[in-house]
Amino acid sequence: MDTFATALPALADAWALILQPMVLGYLVLGVVMGLAVGVFPGLGGIAGLSLLLPFMFGMDPVLGLALMVGMVAVVPTSDTFASVLMGIPGSSASQATVLDGFPLAKKGQAARALSAAFTSSLFGGLVGAVFLTLFILAARPVVLAFGLPEMLMISILGLSMVAVLAGRVALKGLAAAGLGLLIGTIGEADAGGSLRMATYDIPYLTDGLQLVIVGLGIFAVPEIVSLLRQDRSIAKDASLGAGWGEGVRDWMANKWLSLRCSLIGVVVGVIPGLGGSVVDWIAYGHAVQTTKDKSNFGKGEIRGVIGPESSNNAKEGGGLVPTLLFGIPGSGSMAIFIGAIALLGSGDIEVGPNMLRDNLDITYSIVWLLALANVVGTLLCIAASGGIARLTTIRFTYLAPFLFMLISFAAFQSGQNFEDILALFAIGLIGIFLRRFDWSRPAFLIGFVLSNPVEKFSNQAFQIASFRFRSSFEEGMDYILSPIVIVLLIITVVSVVLGIRQAKSIMAEGDVKSGSKRAPLVFLLVLMAYVVAALVNASMIPDYNMTDKIVPLVVGGITLAALLILLGQMMLRSEADPVFADKESAGEDADAPYGLWGTLAWFLGLIVATYVLGFILALAGFLLSFLRVRAQASWPKTVILSACGIALMCVMAGALNRDFPPGLLQDATDLPWPLN
Amino acid sequence: MTIKHLAASIAASAIIASPAFAEVDFSGETIEWVIPFSETGGSAKWANFFAPLLSEQLPGNPTVVVKFMPGAGSTKGGNWFQEQRHEDGTLLFGTSGSTQFPYLLDDPRVRYEYSDWIPVMASGTGGVAYLNPEDGAKFDGTANNLQDVAFIYGSQGATRLDLVPLLAWEMLGMNVEPVFGIKGRGDGRLMFERGEATIDYQTSSAYLGASAELVAQGKAVPMMSWGALDDDGNIVRDPTFPDIPTFKEVCEATEGCATSGEAWDAWKAFFIAGFPVQKIAFLPAGSPDDVIQTYVDAFDAVRSADGFAQRAAQQVGKYPVFVGEGAERATREGTTVSDEAKAYVIDWLREAYGVSLN
Repeated sequence: MDTFATALPALADAWALILQPMVLGYLVLGVVMGLAVGVFPGLGGIAGLSLLLPFMFGMDPVLGLALMVGMVAVVPTSDTFASVLMGIPGSSASQATVLDGFPLAKKGQAARALSAAFTSSLFGGLVGAVFLTLFILAARPVVLAFGLPEMLMISILGLSMVAVLAGRVALKGLAAAGLGLLIGTIGEADAGGSLRMATYDIPYLTDGLQLVIVGLGIFAVPEIVSLLRQDRSIAKDASLGAGWGEGVRDWMANKWLSLRCSLIGVVVGVIPGLGGSVVDWIAYGHAVQTTKDKSNFGKGEIRGVIGPESSNNAKEGGGLVPTLLFGIPGSGSMAIFIGAIALLGSGDIEVGPNMLRDNLDITYSIVWLLALANVVGTLLCIAASGGIARLTTIRFTYLAPFLFMLISFAAFQSGQNFEDILALFAIGLIGIFLRRFDWSRPAFLIGFVLSNPVEKFSNQAFQIASFRFRSSFEEGMDYILSPIVIVLLIITVVSVVLGIRQAKSIMAEGDVKSGSKRAPLVFLLVLMAYVVAALVNASMIPDYNMTDKIVPLVVGGITLAALLILLGQMMLRSEADPVFADKESAGEDADAPYGLWGTLAWFLGLIVATYVLGFILALAGFLLSFLRVRAQASWPKTVILSACGIALMCVMAGALNRDFPPGLLQDATDLPWPLN
Repeated sequence: MTIKHLAASIAASAIIASPAFAEVDFSGETIEWVIPFSETGGSAKWANFFAPLLSEQLPGNPTVVVKFMPGAGSTKGGNWFQEQRHEDGTLLFGTSGSTQFPYLLDDPRVRYEYSDWIPVMASGTGGVAYLNPEDGAKFDGTANNLQDVAFIYGSQGATRLDLVPLLAWEMLGMNVEPVFGIKGRGDGRLMFERGEATIDYQTSSAYLGASAELVAQGKAVPMMSWGALDDDGNIVRDPTFPDIPTFKEVCEATEGCATSGEAWDAWKAFFIAGFPVQKIAFLPAGSPDDVIQTYVDAFDAVRSADGFAQRAAQQVGKYPVFVGEGAERATREGTTVSDEAKAYVIDWLREAYGVSLN
């Protein structure tokens, strides 16, 4: 009763603060800016918020919050455009959306997929806000109940989604996930600082690979290259079928799924340290498991869009709990958000444990600004989706050079190194071959995303557990087998058992025909070579740094075992067996008029030219020659389109205050912006 | 009105005519303040706090933008800045304790040299260590009763700022087992609140913002602050925490802990680098005197502006902001350690944690 007595007046105060024309105006401004930044893959909320920071100093707190919350809230909504239309995961929040959203776009149902996604986002955002309003006062003990063993179990639950997404040959899915985990361990270990598959001579590798680059490389590059080879539009036959109204009806038909996934989103979002990386996969897995006819997943199942999209906006709301209550940011954009709040007004709003006591009205304002921003953002997005969906009817050869431009720029923004673009290309190659030979790409990505949490939480939980066991056996058991751990364990086991049974009917890459033995075998041997190298490398770490070597050794060992069994199967089975799946043997890729290497050479050309001439000059040459030679556009069209592309880059980089990758030319000479 | 106007014009032209001010004018320019960390860290917060204030005080009110160049624990940015030379005075670089520690410990990745750079502003912080209530009850101003307790501490890594608390507890004869691999001190505090860690420390602003509340609720017991430096370089009580004894006091009172000798010297050297002189703003090598003076004056005006102390207390703690010569002296103290202290710490890191830096 006591809590209600304080909460209700604060809630009323919050609404009084929000419902002012000025505040709503700033909110809409923030939303529009967030949409503009969010549609570009890889930039996301961090770039947008950094842009706003200089204006926050001394600004009226509610106005500043409206502007920032408006921007943060819509990024997971607007990045859906890139996921659905281009198959580019805009951020970690929209990776699972790609799986079914992009196939829908290919079927000409982009508008339907988009509006279903946006409606789900809106609903998820609202569920998140309602839940938080009720929950935030009681949240502290709940958050504190999630210790290291509990977080480890949630990471493992996320990892168990590999079972659902493993594809036709379960061992291939397992090996793909293992490979993702291993690639995720590259660089300096968090615990002891040992180097894994890296050297101080290549400083780039010591920091490990960025999620943005791996996401783009695994999903976007293979799709862009494949579509470009086929020389067609994204939507087959360049026609748009279902409109946005149908997407809204789809959501209506699946509203309970949407509600459940929203709740998953809030709950996982509330736990600090996990962030958004697992939420959409758990929601996707849930959507698969609760669907009777699973045959359409991976080929354009609308429930595969509604599930993850409902969870990812709800997660933003949940993520506010650790941010506001503990002062611990759940994500990069939340970290900037915390810093920016301290700049507002006279600087006396401080995020942390005192927030609820001293600034409950501000807390509620943030929660409901988030909900309002979701409403405004979704309405704008749905209004735009019909028009933007037309992009999928354009001949892809005209889109591809701009997509190469965007993903290179996005990759470079993740670390401001030329190596970022090289890494994108290398991971892109891995993605192309995983796709070609039907090794589950989602499994690889889940492995990569969860590599760091699994390693960190298992090491730390082990260390603390052994400490507890030393004081008494009971204390140790209490620690590792808390009720939450047991519940999560049961869910994980059930989902793995169900997942393995269902995996065969979910073909994320479609029905891939098998062809000759040689190419799939060579790829398997290459993977095996990497795994062996990683194992040898990990075994050379001295034993006193056991924390740095144990995870690569265990994961590498399991992966190697899976690969060896696959090798045995390849030796014993006939060419028609699914283990030899190869997209180049039959189907769209095999019939494509352009070859893989010729198409990839264009992308490589852009990268090499960037290394020599710097990004903008290289881009000018790339766009001109690509449009003229490959797309065979007329000269005026070529020049106009190229100029538009370069102008877009300059406006974006200029507005967001971002640099372009420099080349050798820039080292030797002093050129004016944007050529420097 | 007209006379006033005239006088103002004359005054203005006199200022323009004086050579010291005529040369440096940043009207319409953009100052880039490069931070070798990501957008989300404490150094970003520090630079973002100072950037708009600096913009107000620099002649011509240039836009000051903070740029981020994260990588290899800030050594990437440090190595990059080492290559920069003065061009037009629009480049500023900010380092933190995490840039200083690898430099002090001869990390093989470090290719930068602090003494080449020109410090214009330096600021610091303090820190407080605290215990869980159960073990806190055994604390009597000395660590004598804590020496047979096994503690757990969530740590970011022994070669980071955590070196200072870990070495301090070691010197007190305490048995603290670090759990490595957490991402920030906030995560460490959460671990403490969950009861997984039993000892913790926070920098001043984080302590005031969150841990002090735990102390008020009886869920934590403050043990000691790291202290602050007086003008003569002695460690005295931290002005932010006048009621909390310093490590020096606790060490003096504890059997087996000495406030002289190589362990103490090593601890003190790294304490200075990590706390009182934690964040420094530099101009690149070769900057001319008038540009340096312009920045020094601007930072001086920032720190003496009305209300600065109050705002700074929340953002960067109640600690002095050094400019000009003060910043130079602070930088010297924060970036030099004796060879003995260095050797002692490197040996200790290897023996206690198996960390080898080469």
